[in-house]
Amino acid sequence: MSTRLISVNDLSREFKGSGGTVLALDSINLSVKEGTTLAVVGESGSGKTTAARLILGLDKPSKGSILVLGQELTSLNQTQMRPLRREIQVVQQDPFSQLNRRHTVMRIIEGPMLAFKVGDKESREKRVIELLEAVGLEREHLKRKPHELSGGQCQRVAIARALALDPKILILDEAVSALDVSVRAQVLNLLKKLQKERGLTYLFITHDLGVAHYMADEIVVMFRGRIVERGTRTEVFETPRHHYTAGLLASVPVADFNHDRGAISEFVAQAAPNKADTCAFRSRCSIGRNLSDCASKVLAETMGSATHGWLCHFPINR
Amino acid sequence: MNNLIEVRNLTLTVPSSKGRVPVVDDLSFTIRQGEKLGLVGESGSGKSLTAFSLMRLIKEPVRIESGEILIGGVDVLKLGADQFREYRGSEIAMIYQDPMSALNPIMKIGDQIIESIQLHKKISKADAKKEAISLLASVGIPEPEERISSYPFEMSGGMLQRVVIAIALSGEPKVLIADEATTALDVTTQERVLDLLNRLALDRNLSILLITHDLGVAAQFSDRINVMYGGKLVEQGEIKDVFTNPYHPYTRALLNSRCDYTINVNEPIKSIAGQPPRPDNRPAGCVFAPRCEHAISLCTSEVPKLRELNKRNVACIRVEELLMVNK
Repeated sequence: MSTRLISVNDLSREFKGSGGTVLALDSINLSVKEGTTLAVVGESGSGKTTAARLILGLDKPSKGSILVLGQELTSLNQTQMRPLRREIQVVQQDPFSQLNRRHTVMRIIEGPMLAFKVGDKESREKRVIELLEAVGLEREHLKRKPHELSGGQCQRVAIARALALDPKILILDEAVSALDVSVRAQVLNLLKKLQKERGLTYLFITHDLGVAHYMADEIVVMFRGRIVERGTRTEVFETPRHHYTAGLLASVPVADFNHDRGAISEFVAQAAPNKADTCAFRSRCSIGRNLSDCASKVLAETMGSATHGWLCHFPINR
Repeated sequence: MNNLIEVRNLTLTVPSSKGRVPVVDDLSFTIRQGEKLGLVGESGSGKSLTAFSLMRLIKEPVRIESGEILIGGVDVLKLGADQFREYRGSEIAMIYQDPMSALNPIMKIGDQIIESIQLHKKISKADAKKEAISLLASVGIPEPEERISSYPFEMSGGMLQRVVIAIALSGEPKVLIADEATTALDVTTQERVLDLLNRLALDRNLSILLITHDLGVAAQFSDRINVMYGGKLVEQGEIKDVFTNPYHPYTRALLNSRCDYTINVNEPIKSIAGQPPRPDNRPAGCVFAPRCEHAISLCTSEVPKLRELNKRNVACIRVEELLMVNK
């Protein structure tokens, strides 16, 4: 189970605007093993969705390489991309806007099969019904349109559509963020079950650390376009080394009164502009704020184990 | 603590194919001076409509069918629109989820605060400006003298929410309603805005009604909690009591279905089967009965009353029985 279905190397994406150049992704490396889940966590603007768009081939990187199922995305043209698109599908955040509201559930889930001219009418309908059942919907939903469904049901339809071509990889971009607590639990359970049954590989993008913790085998924590910490779930959640990760964990409100959130972080509100290659988190960091090394020394990833890495000169001591 | 606000038997209805049906059903609760009251529930449970009722912002097709809302002993539902103006903003104010859409995008934030101050007080523009600056400082905005000339698009979401809070405070209200006010913010920003609200409650003896779907936020912030389901209050009490030992099966199920990083990752989350009922399709008897694992046939015919039990209120006919089992 150690084949890497996604492998991203030294990936950067710049956006040029009138106000200057924004480095939305700054030389990131990540890989996802077959049948496992990699969660990408970070706050808004950290580059999570930019990374997802690049891996889906919806955008071109400024530099770096993206290997999906062994193929270099950056060297493929649109026609060459097409077979790969069957293998990598996406589920997005908003249950309603990602579905065509004029289409029935049948037409929505059948969509990818029509696009790739798979099967005939009869076999497609059979497949759609199979998929509906796999995501916990029923035959009676076939003729409905999105507005006749609840948010949770729409999200199930989007998952069924993503599975229609039997892909190997699902990119889940905040896929449960818009759902209510009880419905979110149902969809998370469903995603775990589908992964087990079908050996799916997930790239799970979320701002919700609880969801990341529940779903992920491995986690990368992003801050301002960089991966500041990576590791297995246990490494990141139990022994975070980067001050940002620790602060993020301490910020999450937890409904369990027996749980100790630990010391509340001392984040400073304003973040100063960043010099390339030094720590972007410095101005918000209770440790590095006044240290000259953090302001001047170039950062490189330190690996504490084969899986656990961080981008910090003065990591939390364990 | 005094009761600043008393809501008594509030019922709101919407039209449906079955005639007018309740969306908020016989709701009663109080907000005490200086307390932080949480109101949790899933979408469609009626939490936001409850808040809108307090601000008298209910519009057709939603209608206030019956009930009383007492602010300082006066039933504000009986007041004319003009009379209520003296309450809105100066007794009770509200902030919303999306700060960007609460502000005018083409007006400097300072002018928006000044406008609000002058609405409540007869003072000169220069004095109002001074007050705007001190309000911005009090909600933790750095360099308020410069910031009053900023436009909303020049500020981050967390900073904008602080501006909205400053505007809400400009009429010196006694009660602030925060409707999902930190939901759109990043966790670290959310924490800082919650800290600010906490501090305001303490410094100004401000009462805060925090409406949220996030159980963690409710737990961290509230003194007392109201849990709503299908337009009804199902449980109310001290937050620590309710969240550590929920009495109502819905409260228990809701807490069990949460996904924070304290839960066991090797087991499926205990989700609640099915989905909340729509207003025109609410069952007879207990609204939660169709999804409740403890429901018996009596639950589908008898409407449970909210009744007192060990210093909290619960609406479940089987609660004593279930407590024996859970012990």
